[in-house]
Amino acid sequence: MKHRRQASPEQWNYGKVSAGSRIFDIANHILLGLLCLLMVYPLWYVLCSSLSDPSLLMRHKGILLFPLDFSFAGYEKVLNYKKLWNSYLVTFFVVIAGTGLNMFFSILFAFVMSRRGIMWHKLITGLAVFTMYFSGGMIPTYLVVKGVGLYDSIWAMIIPGLISTYNCIILRTAFYGIPDSLEESAKIDGAGDLRVLFTICVPLIVPSIATVALFYAVGHWNAWSAALLYIRNERLMPLQMVLRALLIQGEAIEVTGGQDLQTELNNMLLKYVVIVVSTVPILCVYPFIQRFFTKGVMIGAVKG
Amino acid sequence: MSKLAARQATPAVRLPKKSFRQRVVIDFRKNWVIYAIALVCLSYYFVFRYAPMGGLAIAFKNYRPARGLWGSSWVGFKWFEQFFSSYYFPRLLRNTLTINLLSLLIGSTLPILLALLLNEIRSSAYKRTVQTVTYMPHFVSLVVACGIVLDMLSYGGLFNQILGLFGVSPILFSNVPEYFPWIYVFSDVWQNLGYNSIVYLAALSAINVELFDAAAIDGCNRFQRVLHVTIPGIMPTIILLLLMKVGSMMSIGYEKIILLYNDAVLERADVFSSFVYRYGMLGGNYSYSAAVDLFNNVVNILLLVVFNAVSRKVSDISLW
Repeated sequence: MKHRRQASPEQWNYGKVSAGSRIFDIANHILLGLLCLLMVYPLWYVLCSSLSDPSLLMRHKGILLFPLDFSFAGYEKVLNYKKLWNSYLVTFFVVIAGTGLNMFFSILFAFVMSRRGIMWHKLITGLAVFTMYFSGGMIPTYLVVKGVGLYDSIWAMIIPGLISTYNCIILRTAFYGIPDSLEESAKIDGAGDLRVLFTICVPLIVPSIATVALFYAVGHWNAWSAALLYIRNERLMPLQMVLRALLIQGEAIEVTGGQDLQTELNNMLLKYVVIVVSTVPILCVYPFIQRFFTKGVMIGAVKG
Repeated sequence: MSKLAARQATPAVRLPKKSFRQRVVIDFRKNWVIYAIALVCLSYYFVFRYAPMGGLAIAFKNYRPARGLWGSSWVGFKWFEQFFSSYYFPRLLRNTLTINLLSLLIGSTLPILLALLLNEIRSSAYKRTVQTVTYMPHFVSLVVACGIVLDMLSYGGLFNQILGLFGVSPILFSNVPEYFPWIYVFSDVWQNLGYNSIVYLAALSAINVELFDAAAIDGCNRFQRVLHVTIPGIMPTIILLLLMKVGSMMSIGYEKIILLYNDAVLERADVFSSFVYRYGMLGGNYSYSAAVDLFNNVVNILLLVVFNAVSRKVSDISLW
């Protein structure tokens, strides 16, 4: 592949560099550096707090740069927090089963949407695209979910959002990129539509499939509104709902196996620990998935 | 005349015109697998997307759970009239527009600025580092992000501790109604600034480099090159995204609102969707809140259509 010159005007020397230009460069570097510090500080603050001694933390004034008296006490306590780990399991199930089902149906439907040759192509695509702009809204959807018997079931977090039209359009765009001749030759050799899909098309669009799977997976990991609307059973609450109760609604953290745990101090500390425990998994995989996300944004930016 | 001659010359190419029914049958025989898949997938759309649209009839009825949707009596536009004459309507309208305008002015312009500044960075390592760090908050879940924001704004939180160093007595920021839109918009900036700049960076890298060379030869200095080459180069992207933003001027999702608000700031924080959630789901006023939701959805789709048409006329850029 031919290396492309980046459209960065300062990469090439158009004669002498003026003093103003140089000052701008310095200011720009400093500004963006400060921006980075500002962006990352809240996360650093939470991490430091979670590793601090709670009584020192309570008395501390001003900004926190390092943990105060490094301690893992909060983490040890959180290990006993059953509700959190149960919600972790629920979320894992929803992420894995949900993403699997999402992908299966999205690939199928995107394949249908990419068949421009069929007679009702416009109608089928139109029916799906219309739902991107108009919906029945919260209440009628709630009544439908209740009506089909999904209320208070773990599937209520998966089935109502089974197919995202937006993600299907990303996959359809990828299917469009496959040369027709490939499919035609497979058909001449006697392959049916399904065979063309799974043995010819799907292997060719693996990067797009990975991107969309990631969108769905991160969506499930972060989701809580389906649980808010459709789930009552405490044991089916996903991670984000438990976090909401702890961080937003100020629910006391009940941990078994300790005497001094109900104090305000520990609750404050455990809040930070819970944030770290629930966010680190995503931030760990983040460097690896970043480029997929970037790619996804670009595909999404292309007109459907 | 020549057309006719051509047709007569090649009679074998002409196919007999098939009736509509024949074409349907042939198409179905050839593509029945595709139609079977389509049927399975569309049944999802019918149950979970279109059935709720039919269920919007609830907005024109006096819904009683015991009677079911179709057994309840019709009341026409009663709920709409009740909503428009209530004091909620102006309040929700004002809050929705305030938050959306602020996020248009701040949340939509800062990513452009960030992309332009990043584009001026020569060292690709530094550039990549800045990008990675600024994307990071995007991967923190909304619940956790709001939790962190509320914690920093609390009595003993970071902001009050910093202000305390200057002798300012603590303020409970999250309980001051006037601050709510700012908290909403700036927490959004924190989470999405880097992520939203990606699309502009992509547009920037697509600008033809020869344009910069030509501008330099014509005597443009660095700032003028940005002004006359870079910015016009990403203008279509800017307009498209602004169009989408303006088209959704009346819509705000309820998730973040209900995470950040509390009873003390309801006056400035409540928007249509959060009102629907509170009145409908928590309060059980299904018909009334479905009417509010329907009104909001219809306005949204109208705005989108209108702004799309305007943009297509003015700039040739449109969503569809």
